[in-house]
Amino acid sequence: MTNIDLTNASLKQFGEMLQSKKISSTELTETFLARIKQYNPNINAYIALDESKTLAQAKAADALIASGNIAPLTGIPIAQKDIFCAKGWQTTCGSKMLANFIAPYDAHVISQFDAVGAVNLGKTNMDEFAMGSSNETSYFGAVKNPWSFDRVPGGSSGGSAAAVAARLCAAATGTDTGGSIRQPASLCGLTGLKPTYGVVSRFGMIAFASSLDQAGPMAKNAEDCALMMNVMAGFDERDSTSLNREKENYTRDLNKPLHGLKIGLPKEFFAEGLDADVGKVIETAIAEYKKLGAQIVEVSLPNTGLSIPVYYVLAPAEASSNLSRYDGVRYGHRTAEYTDLMDMYCKSRAEGFGAEVKRRILIGTYVLSAGYYDAYYLKAQQIRRLIAQDFVEAFKQCDVIMGPAAPSTAFKAGEKVDDPVAMYLQDIYTISTNLAGLPGMSVPAGFAQSDDGKSLPVGLQIIGNYFDEARMLNVAHQYQKVTDWHTQAPNLNMPEGTA
Amino acid sequence: MALSIEDIKKVAHLARIDISDADANATLTKLTGILDLIEQMQAVDTKSIEPMSHSQDLNQRLRDDVVTKTNLRDEFQKNAPMLGNGSNEQAVADGLYLVPKVIE
Amino acid sequence: MEWEVVIGLETHTQLQTNTKIFSGAAIKYGAEPNTQACEVSLALPGVLPVLNKQAVHCAIKFGLAINAEIAPRSVFARKNYFYPDLPKGYQISQFELPVVGKGAVTIQVPAQGKHAAYEKVINITRAHLEEDAGKSVHGAVEGMSGIDLNRAGTPLLEIVTEPDMRSAAEAVAYAKKLHELVQWIGICDGNMQEGSFRCDVNVSVRPKGTEKLGTRREIKNLNSFKFMQQAIEYETRWQIETLEDGGKIQQATVLFNPDTGETRAMRSKEEANDYRYFPDPDLLPLIITDADKARVSADMPELPEAMKARLEAQYALSSYDASSLTTSRDLADYFVAAVQAGAEPKQTANWVMGSVSAKLNSEDKDINASPISAQQLAQLLKRIADGTISNNAAKQVFEAMWANEGDVDSIIAAKGLKQESDSGAIETIIDEVLAANGAMVEEFKAGKEKAFNALVGQAMKASKGKANPAQVNEILKKKLNA
Repeated sequence: MTNIDLTNASLKQFGEMLQSKKISSTELTETFLARIKQYNPNINAYIALDESKTLAQAKAADALIASGNIAPLTGIPIAQKDIFCAKGWQTTCGSKMLANFIAPYDAHVISQFDAVGAVNLGKTNMDEFAMGSSNETSYFGAVKNPWSFDRVPGGSSGGSAAAVAARLCAAATGTDTGGSIRQPASLCGLTGLKPTYGVVSRFGMIAFASSLDQAGPMAKNAEDCALMMNVMAGFDERDSTSLNREKENYTRDLNKPLHGLKIGLPKEFFAEGLDADVGKVIETAIAEYKKLGAQIVEVSLPNTGLSIPVYYVLAPAEASSNLSRYDGVRYGHRTAEYTDLMDMYCKSRAEGFGAEVKRRILIGTYVLSAGYYDAYYLKAQQIRRLIAQDFVEAFKQCDVIMGPAAPSTAFKAGEKVDDPVAMYLQDIYTISTNLAGLPGMSVPAGFAQSDDGKSLPVGLQIIGNYFDEARMLNVAHQYQKVTDWHTQAPNLNMPEGTA
Repeated sequence: MALSIEDIKKVAHLARIDISDADANATLTKLTGILDLIEQMQAVDTKSIEPMSHSQDLNQRLRDDVVTKTNLRDEFQKNAPMLGNGSNEQAVADGLYLVPKVIE
Repeated sequence: MEWEVVIGLETHTQLQTNTKIFSGAAIKYGAEPNTQACEVSLALPGVLPVLNKQAVHCAIKFGLAINAEIAPRSVFARKNYFYPDLPKGYQISQFELPVVGKGAVTIQVPAQGKHAAYEKVINITRAHLEEDAGKSVHGAVEGMSGIDLNRAGTPLLEIVTEPDMRSAAEAVAYAKKLHELVQWIGICDGNMQEGSFRCDVNVSVRPKGTEKLGTRREIKNLNSFKFMQQAIEYETRWQIETLEDGGKIQQATVLFNPDTGETRAMRSKEEANDYRYFPDPDLLPLIITDADKARVSADMPELPEAMKARLEAQYALSSYDASSLTTSRDLADYFVAAVQAGAEPKQTANWVMGSVSAKLNSEDKDINASPISAQQLAQLLKRIADGTISNNAAKQVFEAMWANEGDVDSIIAAKGLKQESDSGAIETIIDEVLAANGAMVEEFKAGKEKAFNALVGQAMKASKGKANPAQVNEILKKKLNA
């Protein structure tokens, strides 16, 4: 084996090493598997690993490479969020309900990676059914933030975020319903992109809130995200909400200069509730963009504050219905002892779902129940339009919108677990883009000191107009060419509790 | 719209989730907090605003009426749950999924 | 007090498609359990619905056939409830914005006792697309029900009427008319045994002359017209008796038991339903343009009403005949084919609705399964018209043709049924009859017209039925008046 630092290489570098046969996919995969064995017990980023399946894929990739049949991600080990069905793999969505579920089919995202010969390294941990902002609701245990083991990695794609941050994979997939890619990316110091709703097929991606869920890449940098997007995005006739657009090359604009770029700063993103240190990091990043030739304009997204109430009507309502299929009849958890059908349903679901999932099912059931529909669901959908219109207005004045991805750095495990409302406020800056269906990303922009003296990553959020992913990746990439925040990795060998 | 314990129990029953009295009480507190948050919406005048179900204003695509699925029953039934009530068998028989007797 | 019954129907028609409404799984009836239950039918985690084009085509076709508004934009909604045959825990249906809006169907209510037949317009409130549920099978394992999801996701068009019907007879006439129509336009096979056409009937009663509707009970899943008639009659009596005894009607869903002829409330539906309808976020609005409607229109057969009018005008048929012939498209096509093969229209109508229909009914056969083709029937009728055989002989030929004994002419020859049209031979027979029946001749001459018919009868008998009755009449008249 070579002495190249495999763990910190970018996807492009991995691809070059594989193509030039400096390393084989099998060697690369084994390196990551060994690293997972060493570090994952502390971090708990993975729910399911299957070495034989993974290595078989690596071997197949090596054959492809030998035949000269190589795509940019061929042979590269990618971690898959456990929300994606992968044929033959345990697919749990972080829930006891599906602890024994072996997916009999592949999600579109999984088959897209398979088609280019990427290697499925394992299924990453997540908040149960993607409901959470701290990865503490997983049935398979909390995930730890590699930058500080006593802190959360964010959620719900916390396993993927921790796996990328700890270099336990080359890159990972995530899904984002209210911020579940961007907030953990921010808290773990990586680059994550939630595409325009409909760009990545939801087929085989276990539904949380169907009108908001969208899959995207979580990687070390913007270029990696672009390469991942080239695989993940594309029309799929099995998803009615999949957009039938021409295939894009997301790397096409990476090297465009940013001179004349108009960056909108929504004043609502810099108001009360934002941690002062986080705010400073964001301001420094904006200053960097000015140096790159960007112009700053102040914009307003007046309904930002309403995005959380609207979201906590719409998402639980859709979820309460989406999760009705888990009834213990055809698959999933069935209670051991029951008297009749009603008893079987009620016990199976009470046992199979965790507290936060049950809470959201109850909220969703309540807001849809007779007599409340107009006051809650309909009203929320109306305000959703107002929120989307705010962005239409804002994008008349700017090309991209920037602000923080999360109001604070990683918080301590257990800190908000008993206060759902405080937990929900974690997503204040991310939810509105899901409601509008817009693309958003989080880019490492520096570190803030915590009260106990730790350096914790801060993410800059970039929000683009519909289908503007290539431009956003360009904006992030140009920043990453002049900064090195995205190359920083946590020291996993420090004694627990320090960093 | 203040929530009551009865509301929690009614909603839990609609959602087919068993809930103990103690859990119902704890849930009441949390759900009340969440509903207070949601209640902020009521301050907004939404008269004549078209509700937004999807972020893209698109039409439903139609699928050709062609059989594309094959019989994968055995594969699918590997995931059938255990029957329960002392049985270690899967809850399937003669290709059917087994549930407690359905009474009409 | 005199009571009035108020009836509305909700009919689930299974649409004629190859695949399910939201997946590419087959929907053949009678397949082994769960062999047509794909990942979408089973509601596996992560699956999504995609709408079947043919199901939409069928819905538009129905809407056009009843002159209804076709919604330019309709929306699929989720109807949430738990039941083992409903794998997602919700049914995808349409709620606020159905694909077909208000329309109407004209029914013919047949004469009953002293009541004459009449026509009535039944207003259709709406028709919407939805998916069927699976089936619960009992008895496979003691104390358990077995769930078969082959039917889950089968496309249905639910057709809802206004509460416009005022008797079981009207309800049955409507159901029959609808049953004919959906088959006529080719959107449903109409097979009631297999559940392709199922009716839920809402029944309430109120004092005659009052406006306010009584509390209704819904009779579920009636799969024969006979049961529908019985169920409504029983339910109406039961409601009237309950009210007259000072009781109250509770809104309920009831089942009809064909063995006892009674209705009873379902246990499982006792608790109040709260379906929590909301637009399905997995599906986008269904948009139907004028061009879509035009495409479906081009595929629309001549509708029964139009065809009835045409038959009346073109073939001088009575309204009754034309209406009977247009109860099914195949029957109407059979009639037209026979006439086009040279048969006389009125006579053809009589035969099709008479002998042919009676035979089909007694053998429980469809007109397509008739052993006598329209062309063969025309041949038979032409042999009556040209005097080769009598009407009576034709009946015998018909029976033989039905039993596949050969073509018309060979049967006539084999059975020696050719009628005697040689006037010389007929004159000889008549002379013999007149000679042998002097008394009758006297009676006729004394003014008793009946005696003439008796003499005709004697002459026919003497010819062993082979004499041409028209000729017998003519010659006999001549001889008696001579």
